[in-house]
Amino acid sequence: MPLVELRNESAGYSGTPVLRGLTLTVNAGERIALVGESGSGKSTLLRLLYERCGPDVSLVPQELGLVQALTVFHNVYMGRLHCRSVWRNLRNLIWPARADVSEVGEIVNSLRLEDKLFAGVGTLSGGQQQRTAIGRALYHPGEILLADEPVSSVDEHQARDILQAINDRKKTVILAMHDRALAIEFADRLIGIKDGRIVLDRPADGLSPSDLDELYVTAES
Amino acid sequence: MIADRERSPLLRTTGAFFLVGLICLAFADISISTVDPWLEFARLLTGIITPDFYATDSLLLALAYTLAFAILGVALSNVLGFGLALLFYSRTVRVFCAVIRSVHELFWALIFLQMFGLSPITGVLAIAIPYAGIIAKVYAEILEEADPTPLTALPPGTGRASAFLFVRLPDAWAHFKSYSMYRLECGMRSSAVLGFIGLPTLGFHLETAFREGQYSEVSALLILFYLVIASMRIWMKRPLLPVYLVGAALILPWGVAFSLSHIARFLTSDIVPHPLREGGPDMMANFADWMSLMVFDQALPGAMATIQLTMIALIATGILTLIFFPLISPLLLGRGPRWAGHIFLVVVRSTPEYILAFILLQLWGPSMLPAIVALALHNAGIIGHLVGRYTESVELRQDSAKGANRYFYEVLPRVYRPMLALLFYRWEVILRETAILGILGIATLGFYVDSAFADLRFDRAMVLIALTALLNICVDVISRYVRSKLRLQTSLEIK
Repeated sequence: MPLVELRNESAGYSGTPVLRGLTLTVNAGERIALVGESGSGKSTLLRLLYERCGPDVSLVPQELGLVQALTVFHNVYMGRLHCRSVWRNLRNLIWPARADVSEVGEIVNSLRLEDKLFAGVGTLSGGQQQRTAIGRALYHPGEILLADEPVSSVDEHQARDILQAINDRKKTVILAMHDRALAIEFADRLIGIKDGRIVLDRPADGLSPSDLDELYVTAES
Repeated sequence: MIADRERSPLLRTTGAFFLVGLICLAFADISISTVDPWLEFARLLTGIITPDFYATDSLLLALAYTLAFAILGVALSNVLGFGLALLFYSRTVRVFCAVIRSVHELFWALIFLQMFGLSPITGVLAIAIPYAGIIAKVYAEILEEADPTPLTALPPGTGRASAFLFVRLPDAWAHFKSYSMYRLECGMRSSAVLGFIGLPTLGFHLETAFREGQYSEVSALLILFYLVIASMRIWMKRPLLPVYLVGAALILPWGVAFSLSHIARFLTSDIVPHPLREGGPDMMANFADWMSLMVFDQALPGAMATIQLTMIALIATGILTLIFFPLISPLLLGRGPRWAGHIFLVVVRSTPEYILAFILLQLWGPSMLPAIVALALHNAGIIGHLVGRYTESVELRQDSAKGANRYFYEVLPRVYRPMLALLFYRWEVILRETAILGILGIATLGFYVDSAFADLRFDRAMVLIALTALLNICVDVISRYVRSKLRLQTSLEIK
């Protein structure tokens, strides 16, 4: 039973299609990396997939969508707002409950942000903010995670740790990535996008970064 | 490692102010003393939904007078305020502006009433003088914030006046224009309220209609007033401005006579403390008695009540804003309900707090309650509108929470800081209004000022007005300190 099935579909913003002729099947348990130049349509494809995945999915958008005025704890806790009563959420907004702090703390530890648990997100570096947004998606109870360039602001060593944490906690993962080597290392299926079309869809096994070169050659050259 | 869980200074300040507000509330009289407030309310509602536009022939004339005072007053204050803004580098000018704007237009009107009687000069000056002080400050800030880089590109030797005309002014002009429109809206409200002390504007007819229980007439007056304010951007066009100015000057009844000797006596003798005026061997002892009477019987109780009511109203405004801004926020409501929300907020923020308080006083009888509710409704209407508008620019992520969760986690934390900035900014405005509401019979400073004027004890009135101004300047200083300490800024500040 496929999780999402797209058949010859288009997607875009306000009427102008960015993606055309999309045919794609995603099965539960797959770990997919979307690769391609910036502007090729990866973000649009992620948005479309997010809409089709149902309620069991969490998202890390490229712009992160963090609430700057709140702490790391609150932003991560927001991954489960919909599972809790409003009263409990309100209570945690004003004075976080011990049980929730330890639950959220566990996620935050795995992202190496433990000393920032009650720091305002506005005071964090770009990489720390990115990890907070990933924390929010990881805390979400859904088994599917979609993320748009989730490790663009951290160094390679941290990127491996974060991708490992994502793979450990989520069953189905779809990531838009610009680092080809990392994509091959952590995904088991690669989807290449160029000029709004899927031009490559292969298992990651046996691929080398240079096999993806053609995705990054512009039409003119 | 355990992260420290320190409360944010924002929340601590909010908590402290909330506590002060609660303590003030504990000592406040907020009872409803009318026998059957609901019956009167039902009659008022019936009147509101059955407006009678033919109740008096003077209805349109009242509206025309209201407009005329507002247009002339705001135009004059614009000229004066612009001139003062150019001199704002001088400390003397800055202090002068702070003093003239710290006295409410109704107090100015009460003063001018003694000098010019019911001549239109009273109304025009009552609006123009405090507004000039406000406009000078705002225009000076706008000029200061104008982009300075074009100045460096000017050819060397360009004169200061030319540089100002070609570089500073064009940049600031658009801001001046939009701020003037906002001031005109305020001027309309001020002008309407001036009717309560006898000028022939809307408030005069409103008060009469209310006293006689003609609620259909009240409704017609208010509806016309809302329509004029809501359509301001349509009828107020720059090419038409000279027409309006001349028209306003022509319709006002300038014929009312006043005597120069009367004015001279008021300024040189009437406002001098009574014992000093009388002189004699016991002058100093009498003056000491006079002062102690002023301080202990009037100034202190009046100031205490004013501060108490201000703090309660400030907190109530904050709470009400939290309820009001979602009414027009696209993040929280659909198009239909938002429409209703907009209409509601237009009505509460266009009704001057003085008129709201007057209406509620008729319904509930004298206590602090009508004043609290009126101040909170009007000010929350203004801040709620600005905060709601601000949320239009907030973009939420695709998977953000819904309903109450969205309100508390996504929206409230994002708007809290600008909201607090606006609230502290309006603190001073609330204080000024609180003092004024005394004229309606609530024991704030305005009550003692009004009694002093009624007893023709102008010396007392002047001392009390000066005290009100001083309180106002103090609150302005504290508010500025809190805002800078919490780094609260908002580009919406001027409104």
